[in-house]
Amino acid sequence: MTAIVGEAEAATLRRRYARRHVAARIGVYAAAVLAAFLCAAPFLWSMVTAFKQNRDLYNADNNPFTFNRPATSDHVLYLFNSTAFGTFVWNTLWVGVLVVAITLVLGLPAAYALARLDRPWAGWFAVAIFLVYLVPPSLLFLSLSRIVVDVGLQDSTWSLVLIYPTITIPVSIWLLIGFLKGIPRDIEEQAMVDGYSRVGAFWRAVVPLAFPGIVAVVVFAFTLTASEFIYALAFVSPTSAKVVSTGVPTELVRGDIFFWQSLQAATVLVAIPIALVFNLFLDRFVAGFTQGAVKG
Amino acid sequence: MTVTAADRRTAETAGIHLARRRLADRDPALAWLFLMPSVVYILALVAVPFVLAVGFALSDVTAGDPSYDFVGLRNFERAFDDPVFWRSLGNTFFFTAVSMVLIVVFGKVLANILVADFRGKWVVRFLVLLPWTTPVTLGAIAWLWLLDSIFSPIDWVLRELGLLGRPGALLGAESNLFWLGEPNLAMGSVIAVHVWRLTPLAAVIMVAGLVAIPRDLDEAARVDGAGWWRRMFEVTIPLTLPVIAVAALFGAIFTFTDMAVVDVLTNGGPNNATQVLTSWAFFRGIDGGDVGQGAAIALFLFPLLLAAAIAILRAVRRMEVG
Amino acid sequence: MAVVELRQLVKEFDAGRVRAVDGVDLATEEGEYLVLLGPSGCGKTTLLRTVAGLEEPTSGDVLIDGHVVTGLPPRARKVAMVFQSYALYPHKTVLGNIVFPLRAVGMKRTERERKARWAAELLGIAHLLARKPRQLSGGERQRVALARALVREPLVFLLDEPLSNLDAKLRTSARDELKTFQQGLGSTTIYVTHDQVEAMGLGDRIAVLSDGRVRQLGRPTDVYDDPADTFVARFIGSPPMNLVARDGHLVGFRPEHLLPQEALPAGAGRETVPFTVDRIEYLSGDRHVYGTVSGLGEETRVVARLPATVGTPIAAGQSYDFAVIRERLRFFDAQNGQRTEAVRL
Repeated sequence: MTAIVGEAEAATLRRRYARRHVAARIGVYAAAVLAAFLCAAPFLWSMVTAFKQNRDLYNADNNPFTFNRPATSDHVLYLFNSTAFGTFVWNTLWVGVLVVAITLVLGLPAAYALARLDRPWAGWFAVAIFLVYLVPPSLLFLSLSRIVVDVGLQDSTWSLVLIYPTITIPVSIWLLIGFLKGIPRDIEEQAMVDGYSRVGAFWRAVVPLAFPGIVAVVVFAFTLTASEFIYALAFVSPTSAKVVSTGVPTELVRGDIFFWQSLQAATVLVAIPIALVFNLFLDRFVAGFTQGAVKG
Repeated sequence: MTVTAADRRTAETAGIHLARRRLADRDPALAWLFLMPSVVYILALVAVPFVLAVGFALSDVTAGDPSYDFVGLRNFERAFDDPVFWRSLGNTFFFTAVSMVLIVVFGKVLANILVADFRGKWVVRFLVLLPWTTPVTLGAIAWLWLLDSIFSPIDWVLRELGLLGRPGALLGAESNLFWLGEPNLAMGSVIAVHVWRLTPLAAVIMVAGLVAIPRDLDEAARVDGAGWWRRMFEVTIPLTLPVIAVAALFGAIFTFTDMAVVDVLTNGGPNNATQVLTSWAFFRGIDGGDVGQGAAIALFLFPLLLAAAIAILRAVRRMEVG
Repeated sequence: MAVVELRQLVKEFDAGRVRAVDGVDLATEEGEYLVLLGPSGCGKTTLLRTVAGLEEPTSGDVLIDGHVVTGLPPRARKVAMVFQSYALYPHKTVLGNIVFPLRAVGMKRTERERKARWAAELLGIAHLLARKPRQLSGGERQRVALARALVREPLVFLLDEPLSNLDAKLRTSARDELKTFQQGLGSTTIYVTHDQVEAMGLGDRIAVLSDGRVRQLGRPTDVYDDPADTFVARFIGSPPMNLVARDGHLVGFRPEHLLPQEALPAGAGRETVPFTVDRIEYLSGDRHVYGTVSGLGEETRVVARLPATVGTPIAAGQSYDFAVIRERLRFFDAQNGQRTEAVRL
């Protein structure tokens, strides 16, 4: 125990702690800057590369981080005009939206049933859901390819809409259970006394309160969907039906030739909006995990 | 108790409806109704394919000859005879273990940065999320150029710093390090990119754990005299251990079954130095057309995952403090 | 010399928009139990945290044992704090919790455990040392928190509403234990609460706070009998002091001093107060009589507290001649609520 003895000593202590405090602040900023740099450096560099001329890029002696020749927008334009990039983005978007919708429609009631309607088998079910998560796409893609063909959805983007929820639903149910458990029972019981049925209470009282959790699930599910590529690669070959994660590599890589600048442009154009949206909802996502992961 | 019509009339004048309980109120039925769609969906599109995969693994189905013939465990035998299988298995474990250690450590550091308070936090958060939110193929392709054997910007920086490209330089006299061509470097590169990609997600999950610690505990520790290190290692980390374990589990499962980075960066090469089970299964099953083999290799993962998951979940339950 | 002294303490939050502590001067007396009392948001907890070092003041100084400690972190101040939630480390045993602060200063193991056992025995929890916090009752947890505070032999104990998590029945006995504990030790203690009953029961002196300022600092009897303003008058006492508006003043009298004429001792200078009864509550042997008074000032709704010894029959709807002993009347300025000199009625 530091007993304060004299006035001079107290003053020295104060100065020392003030210095430590400043050092700590500097440390935090330094760490933050370093982390941000390590994570984002490839993207920052991508943004420069996207505008580089070929002769500038394919020269091992040139500084890769600056424009040694004037910047050009040719390659970015190439991306939009001569490839199906727009189609890919559009496909990714509508597939994402539909998959998220399906996930919520199937997952939210299921999560509610497991979180609230105390059935004795609820615990087992939750474990079973986790086990489903353990079965990876890398195992299932072979048999699912068969099923997709049998259903007649081979080479159609709709096959992805059908299959992607298998990835998003288990995790979403797990997250939502955590969220729903955090909502006090009083609210639904009040709604039921006020005249609503169980379903009515669920829809009117619980769902609005679970909104943060739902948002978290939406964001997470969309990210997973946009990033998935194994199924996309296995099920869909026609260019016009592809999504961004398979379309961009295959369109812009012909054999050994990589259209690097366009590729980098595509990467940046896709990554930044998703990261922006994710950042907006990060707080809610964290709240969802707190209740699902630690207590679920 | 039977409700007569007369009862109903008297009740209704008082505003009470004694109608038969509708479905919307019957909890047990409702529970099933709410669950059924998800259950049916999962059964149809996960359970059935899983069984099918097992079936394939025990068959001789190929892309050329799709007729189904039961061959017992022959696919497994053939897989076990192939040295590439064992190489892949070893690589998978190595890849997962090293990646997970790095991801947990860096993720924890990053999580602490994310909960700290400082100006420009939003921008930092945004930049830090980029590796995770980018579709994996795109991010990996960006790295492909960064690790190119001729034009790699990293090599350029190293050359400028004098660490490369001159006789007697620290990293050798060659003008480039063959990040994806030299077996050990290739494994290192694949691990690095994978860690780069997953660390933000791990950090976000761990932030959830950090945020859940009641503020009182940290303050009490400060008043009790604990400095930064003691608070971190005796209060913060023990209390976030369950969340760290969950993040690690998620990450390990993800990594164990992932082939994205390998596929884009090295395609398993050079000479299967970075081949992992999943990419090998894809190679045999789709590229090679041997569906039976592919299924057998991929199936090998499942029991391992199951055992690991159960072990970690048990540990987490025991760690849970009230 | 005061153990804790606050000089012109100001604490602002939210870039100056919120003034939680608005210029507080306070000095504790040696070994006293000082209670910081006030409603939520009055700044009492912020004040306590500033003494602990968990908050830094915007301006002003904190002195402990005569030395200015403003700017020093908590661990350099030799204070101990018990939080409302007790903040017990859930993953450590009771023993682990108690020795934690001693490990922070590098005390040797045998020495630590000796001290921990001493503290545990003092608080009667020696038999719980191997348990984990989640296995303890509320009262036991409080005692562990106190033991942990005790082992540091601090200059001052800081307690932040430690009884509010206990159920009502337990609170009274816990209050008793706390006071006995403190008196046995003789250490200066600063205690924060919003419950005026607790404050009156525990405090050697009470500082009544509102809006970040100390309204009155004094012994319980002083704060009760001679409130410095209407806020203190209405905050202390249950039911609170009655206030009747009259000519730019507020005339105040406590419910127990509003009694039927005949119940007052003969000869005492009195003020007659016609009282129309509205309803009567029977609480713990007393009668709480609600009604309206006139004649003293504006017509106001007041409460009279008749002890069991006063048996005058009272019925709702009737009017009676009640009175207050003139010496018991307190006068306040109607504008600013401050206490004024007695006014002739």
